Amino acid sequence: MSVTNVISEIKKDFIFNLLLKGERVDGRTFDQYREISIERDVIRKAEGSALVKLGSSQVLVGVKMQPGEPFQDSPNRGVIITNAELVPLASPSFEPGPPNEVGIELARVVDRGVRESKAVDLEALCIVPGKQVWIIFIDVHILDDCGNILDAASLGAIAALLSTKVPASRFGLGEDYILPIRDIPIATTAIEFNDVLMFDPGVDEEAIANTKLTIISTINGNICGSQKSGTGMLKPEQVYRIIDIACEKAKEIREKFLEA
Amino acid sequence: MDETDISFFKDGLRLDGRRADQLRPVKIEVGVLARADGSCYIEMGGNKVIAAVYGPREVHPRHLQEATRAIVRYRYNMASFSVEERKRPGPDRRSHELSKVSREALEPVIMTSFFPRSVIDVFVEVLQADAGTRTAGINAAAVALADAGIPMKSMISSCAAGKVADTIVLDPMKEEDNFGQADLPIAMTPNGDITLLQMDGSLTPDEFHRAVEMAMNGARDIYELQRLALVKKYSQMVELPGREEVHVCD
Repeated sequence: MSVTNVISEIKKDFIFNLLLKGERVDGRTFDQYREISIERDVIRKAEGSALVKLGSSQVLVGVKMQPGEPFQDSPNRGVIITNAELVPLASPSFEPGPPNEVGIELARVVDRGVRESKAVDLEALCIVPGKQVWIIFIDVHILDDCGNILDAASLGAIAALLSTKVPASRFGLGEDYILPIRDIPIATTAIEFNDVLMFDPGVDEEAIANTKLTIISTINGNICGSQKSGTGMLKPEQVYRIIDIACEKAKEIREKFLEA
Repeated sequence: MDETDISFFKDGLRLDGRRADQLRPVKIEVGVLARADGSCYIEMGGNKVIAAVYGPREVHPRHLQEATRAIVRYRYNMASFSVEERKRPGPDRRSHELSKVSREALEPVIMTSFFPRSVIDVFVEVLQADAGTRTAGINAAAVALADAGIPMKSMISSCAAGKVADTIVLDPMKEEDNFGQADLPIAMTPNGDITLLQMDGSLTPDEFHRAVEMAMNGARDIYELQRLALVKKYSQMVELPGREEVHVCD
């Protein structure tokens, strides 16, 4: 509950006054993302990995796979398990210990994007129906929280999956092969403050706003997940405005970084 | 979320005989628990949910205190027998997330600055689950807060819309939730300010729009029921010692 960042009143005023003039602290426009870089296969021991930098925010996502038992209600489908670690080296407000609700929410929204977009063909991950399937562990490691780690984590997850090789030979299950990916879900997050909608909020911007909306969209422009977070309210018109920009931004990011 | 061969509509009506834009039956009772400061029992279709509010009261552990306002805690908990396959007791990741978003759905209307250094605890127990437990929980919690006399800027009402067989439907039931194409729960004030918005599945931007609108209409209907339930409890005739009968409220 205490993972909110505290910022000084004077900084708050500064950001607010800039905002009234239509400006942001780092000179971006309201719907402009910070510079994005994605480095894949940074961890050799992982089946797939990606280091995402969103401005100065850094998130490392690793994918591990191993055979295991399927869930009883889906005997022929692989399993995805998503976890997020908000390790204390990433922010003065993160503390050691079991994941708190912020970490759990982050992991579940990243999971929602991968799952609901059906990016991974889970049926193709069945080894022995009812007995053995591939389990995919998506582990999100936040390294530096300079704001909007959710978009960075979600981007890292799909980038890591796109570079994942199924380690079949290690388990005597034939040759390794590339994990087939069918969709590229992209999460885009905006904060609302004084009826201004700001995409890709920095850490100070996150601290002044109390409403955040994340929209996850797929290749065909559909929405496969969304999450409102924070103790504020949104007008329906604001929601629709965010959706319009979010789908456009997602398309740009996808085309630029992931559809190579 | 497979589109299996279940048919969701028969003669234009849903499996339980509802129209696409119709809520399940709702029953709301206020003040059902003696020990709590405020409480509410709600049934929405097959959901049976009870909410209790304690506070404002002292915060334990103390370091959670806020100098300028009350903190709000919300605990969403499912009884192990509330679902088909026994749920392991205690909080899991899902209930942590639901607790967080539900608290954030109510907090915007609670006047927390009236009670510095205190806590308002909201406990929600799902006794029987039938799709839509978070919305039922929020509806019950909002009424329980009012019953506890917590100052609020407005009521909060919550409802979900979904998509089944390419049709947008209001208040999905279990089958529609399990095998449908999307689920979109919202919570809002009677003015239409949205305080909770989640979605999973697949919707085009246009369908998203229509689903939000439909869920908001559902929430408006639920608001009327919440209001009636509160009026019903607080408009009873009371006898004050040494006076004649008075109406507390109309």
